[in-house]
Amino acid sequence: MSDTTLHRMMETAAHRFPDRTAVDDPGKGTMTYQDLARLSDKLRDRLAGMGVKPGDRVGLYMAKSIDAIVSIFGILKTGAAYVPVDPGAPAPRCAYILNNCSVRVIITERRLADELTGELTALGSVPPLFIIDEPRDGVLPLSRLLQAEDEKNPAPVVASADPGPDGLAYILYTSGSTGKPKGVMLTHRCAVSYVDWCSAVFLPTPEDRFSSHAPLHFDLSILDIYVPLKHGATLILIGEELGKDPLNLAPLIAEKRITVWYSTPSILSLLAQYGKLARHDYSALRFVFFAGEVFPVPQLRALHALWPHPRYFNLYGPTETNVCTYYEVPAQIPPERTEPFPIGKTCEHLECKVVDLDGSTVPRGAEGELVVWGPGVMIGYWNLPEQNAAAFMVDPDGKKWYHTGDLVVEEPNGDYIFHGRRDRMVKRRGYRVELGEIEAGLATHPQAKEVAVVALPDRDAGVRIKAFLSIKNGKAPSIIEMKQFCMETLPKYMVPDVFTFLEALPRTSTDKIDYQKLKETN
Amino acid sequence: MTNDEIMRTVKEYILKTFLPGEDPKALTESTQLITGGVLDSLATLELVSFIEQQYGIELQAHEVDAANLGTLPAIAALVQSKVVART
Repeated sequence: MSDTTLHRMMETAAHRFPDRTAVDDPGKGTMTYQDLARLSDKLRDRLAGMGVKPGDRVGLYMAKSIDAIVSIFGILKTGAAYVPVDPGAPAPRCAYILNNCSVRVIITERRLADELTGELTALGSVPPLFIIDEPRDGVLPLSRLLQAEDEKNPAPVVASADPGPDGLAYILYTSGSTGKPKGVMLTHRCAVSYVDWCSAVFLPTPEDRFSSHAPLHFDLSILDIYVPLKHGATLILIGEELGKDPLNLAPLIAEKRITVWYSTPSILSLLAQYGKLARHDYSALRFVFFAGEVFPVPQLRALHALWPHPRYFNLYGPTETNVCTYYEVPAQIPPERTEPFPIGKTCEHLECKVVDLDGSTVPRGAEGELVVWGPGVMIGYWNLPEQNAAAFMVDPDGKKWYHTGDLVVEEPNGDYIFHGRRDRMVKRRGYRVELGEIEAGLATHPQAKEVAVVALPDRDAGVRIKAFLSIKNGKAPSIIEMKQFCMETLPKYMVPDVFTFLEALPRTSTDKIDYQKLKETN
Repeated sequence: MTNDEIMRTVKEYILKTFLPGEDPKALTESTQLITGGVLDSLATLELVSFIEQQYGIELQAHEVDAANLGTLPAIAALVQSKVVART
């Protein structure tokens, strides 16, 4: 395993392939490797000038764009970690995240800056903002600014930092059961060991063209960004709007001759159902990776019928480990198969085992919790000592095993089968959703007295989220009002599908909310 | 076919499919269907399929957005323009 860092990996590729296209943002522009290397140096100098030092965090609060990719490398080159925050999520949640890990600087867009400043002011501290304009008409505002600086002052001001493999590279915030998102801390070693594993298994070439479908705050983005940029390949950016629009996405995948596609099953199902895939030429596509949730076999079969030639891989793993098991879908999907495919075997850079509640390894074939150890595993949650203690199990050899919370069974051939969760976390369109976070959000509604949220399996949508509320006084708000309230309070993928108002929520004999009864309530 | 008829049909479909249990009076001509969270991206696609089948029209990819599908009157206007173009 190499001891390099993410930015040095990209620099090495830039040295070998200076003129190749590193990033392509369809309709907005492209950038070569040498420009990516040079302009991220300029940003590094700017950030250092704003006081960013190795070991700091820098917030990245902007839409996915070439400028955002330049920003990531600029931040890494200062030796700081980047904290990508969803620009589509409600501003209070974003401000919480940026405040929680006390970022030194926030790189953001002009359209987002005022509201963010207001929210940060309410939290008591506003770090310096590096405000850039939105890209439009083929102009990349940050890149243009850095280009102008480079022409004026080509000499580097500071050298790129070497944080070493143990340096923090990024913090990804995921849904937290207590209602506040929690920051998963990942080092250069975590990411590099995973990227090296991808290289060994998928053998990328400089001719490859990788999709970047997932948002930057989602762990799928690590493969999307760093695998192509290690190998001189091209990264094709797909923005949030386009990413959920199968009608426009389908022709783009063909036109851009994408060779490696990686996304949640949700959008792949939509592409098969609505994308009119038979109309386009997908001969360039050689890999389809999916992750984040179970891919129902009927939908996978429908996609496979339209795209029969690529190799399909189920990549499994929580943000805390990134991909930790993988499974190649057979070239022929048996027509009688209905149960989902396995999550597969342990990735070679990690170790997995299945344990019972005491942490003892269960016999092969028995259900237990999957735990993971190795260089890809997070170093912990940002500033949450109690959750860190609960997340890891230290064995007599001193190995720290991460508790995934996923219940699995190991088959005789070493493939793991996913059976469900130990807790109240669900996957919705690939996003991790703690039902407790939705409840905490709903509880802030002025009329809410009691709230409870359950998730029910659904053939088409994967899960349906049902919210139950009792109301303090007066008339219950309309469902439309509740949805509007949720849009302002929670990320979109957490907005419940169904709202039901009850006089009082059912309770168990120990006076806890009776979730079982609610699941059976129509 | 009048705009009111189209709005009535689409409203019934949205209430039944995406807002079970909702008071029909709460869904008005000014309700923001997309930005207000009534229709998420998947629901929008389902609505498009419904409209295409119901009225025998085909919506183009670039027409599927909040400007065309964001309110009941916008949907009615879009359907009318397509039906007129067809005849």
